[in-house]
Amino acid sequence: MADPMRIRAQAAGDKATVRVLMAHEMETGQRKDAAGKVIPAWYIQQVTAQHNGKTVLTAQWGPAVSKNPFLQFSIKGAKAGDKVGIAWVDNRGDQRSDEATVS
Amino acid sequence: MKALLIVIALCVSACGALAQGKSTADGIAEYRKMLEDGNPAELFEAKGEGLWKQKRGPRNMSLEQCDLGKGPGQVRGAFVELPRYFADTRKVQDLESRLLTCMETLQGFDAGEIAKTPFGRGEQLTLEALAAWISAESRGQRFNLPQGHAQERMSYELGKRAFFYRAGPHDFACASCHGEAGKRIRLQDLPKLTVNPGDGVGFAAWPAYRVSNGEMWSMQRRLNDCFRQQRFPYPGYASDLTIALGVYMGVNAKGAESIAPALKR
Repeated sequence: MADPMRIRAQAAGDKATVRVLMAHEMETGQRKDAAGKVIPAWYIQQVTAQHNGKTVLTAQWGPAVSKNPFLQFSIKGAKAGDKVGIAWVDNRGDQRSDEATVS
Repeated sequence: MKALLIVIALCVSACGALAQGKSTADGIAEYRKMLEDGNPAELFEAKGEGLWKQKRGPRNMSLEQCDLGKGPGQVRGAFVELPRYFADTRKVQDLESRLLTCMETLQGFDAGEIAKTPFGRGEQLTLEALAAWISAESRGQRFNLPQGHAQERMSYELGKRAFFYRAGPHDFACASCHGEAGKRIRLQDLPKLTVNPGDGVGFAAWPAYRVSNGEMWSMQRRLNDCFRQQRFPYPGYASDLTIALGVYMGVNAKGAESIAPALKR
């Protein structure tokens, strides 16, 4: 099981800014280890964000995204107390979803 | 043709000067500001907190009774007073060597074995995460290393000597890079470590997450890399020498605000 994400969501005016840190190796498949063998690709492919259970963002990611990626976006109409859920699936089929409350 | 070349050469220098409306240091500061919001060190903090409380090791114990200098289990504020003298081990210890002691006495790990593990593997990953969380618990506090015990003062003197000791194929010392203010290597500012270099600079900025390799570096790893850069032999994890350098820098940084775990290039 992957390490948990850190999700912060803060409401300001008619929108909420969501900041997400994901713990992931994001291995490109281009690098070689000390023995000269290619390190297999391992990266997040699909990211979805939900606001009170309704999908508001989907993204397709690739190996160009950094290790331990940071994602920031805003949700229109989100208020304090709303639930924001983030989920990712990587190319090995591992997945992780976490939830936070807008403050 | 020659005239044209001169024009181009002039433009290159002049246009370059125009684009440099802000200094390199400003540019770096701006870059850091942009990254600040999403410092992945937070991920390590969360992991470290979990590891502190988790029952682990041959004895299946947590580290919650570990004494970091402020009494068993007291974490907040401990980081800004380390390295310090510990009566039970009769040694001056920094955060990492103290954690090794706790992992050995409480959890039953072999401290020597962990110290020999290369960085970024096995239990070294545990130490990185623990260092990230423990330092974060003292974020915003000011460094105030004790110098009351004779061993602490001796460690400071040893660190001072090591800092100015020139050796190796490049005839280098720590002081070669960190003995003057306003120096940098490429884009990295070099803090002057013989005095307090300021809040969140130098000793007060480690442990840190390094964006370039996506790793969490503790002070021990930072110092080991300084030794590598000087072409010195590997000083050994949690060795007396690295701890002494920590005491020297830490005492000099008295009053500096800790921003650890920070974010580095």
